[in-house]
Amino acid sequence: MSDMRTPLAKVRGLGSAKEGTDHFWRQRLTAVSNVPLTLFFVGLLIALSGGNFADVRASLSNPFVGLVLALFMISGLYHMRIGMQVIIEDYIHGEGLKILLVMLNTFFAIAVGVASIFALLKLAFGG
Amino acid sequence: MSKSTATQTARARPLSPHLSVWRPTITYVMSFAHRATGAALYFGTLLVAAWLITAATSESAFNTVQWIFGSWVGRVVLLGYTWALMHHMLGGLRHLMWDTGAALEKHKASKLGWATIIGSVTLTILIWAVGLAVRGGF
Repeated sequence: MSDMRTPLAKVRGLGSAKEGTDHFWRQRLTAVSNVPLTLFFVGLLIALSGGNFADVRASLSNPFVGLVLALFMISGLYHMRIGMQVIIEDYIHGEGLKILLVMLNTFFAIAVGVASIFALLKLAFGG
Repeated sequence: MSKSTATQTARARPLSPHLSVWRPTITYVMSFAHRATGAALYFGTLLVAAWLITAATSESAFNTVQWIFGSWVGRVVLLGYTWALMHHMLGGLRHLMWDTGAALEKHKASKLGWATIIGSVTLTILIWAVGLAVRGGF
C-alpha cells in the first residue's frame, strides 16, 4: 500500500499531533540532566545529614547550591511531568478523565516547582 | 450487511496474555519497577518541596518536618525514596543505553536488569551508611 503522506510531511516527521518525537526527546534530555543533578542533591543531603535549621539555611543560601537545586527541581519536575502523562495516557481510557488528569499533572508540577524555587530565592536573597 | 451485528453485540473478545499469566522475568519486573519508582518519585518531590519551603520560612515548621523525617515511619519513607531515586536513575541509564541500540540482546538485557536492582540496593546502602556516619550515629 502506498504511503499517503506528502514528502514534506514525511521529512517533518511530526505526525497528526504536530509534536513528533518532542516528548520522547525531552524525556531523554531531562533524563541526562537529572543524573548529575540528582547526584549533587544526594551528596548535599548526605553533607547536611544531622544538620539543624541554621546549617541547612546556610548551605541552601549559597549561590551555587541554590542554582543547582533550582536546576534539579526544574529538570526533575519536567521529566516527571512527561512520565506521569505517559502513565495517565496508558491506563486512563475515558477521554474526559484523561484530559482532566493530564491537566492536573501539569498544575502539580508547576505548583511544586514555583513553591520550591520561591523558597530557594527567599533563602538566597534574604530573610 | 446491517451495521448492527458488528456494533451492537458485545461479544467477549479474546485478549492477549497479560501480567497475571506471565512468568516474572527480570526484564519485565525491572520494567515495572522503573515505572513504579518513577510514580513514587513524582510524589516524593513533595518531600523535597516541604524541606525547601520550611527551611525558607519557619524554624518550627522545619523542625516538625525534620522530626517526621527522623521518625521510624519517616526513615522508612526516606529509605524507600533513596532506593527509588537510585533505581530509577540506573534504570534510566539502561534505557539511554538501549536508545543507542546497544545491549538489547536477550541475555545482555537480563544481565542489565540484575545489574539495575543490585546496583540500586548497593547505592542505597552506601548512601545511608555515609549519611549516618556524617550524622554521627543512628
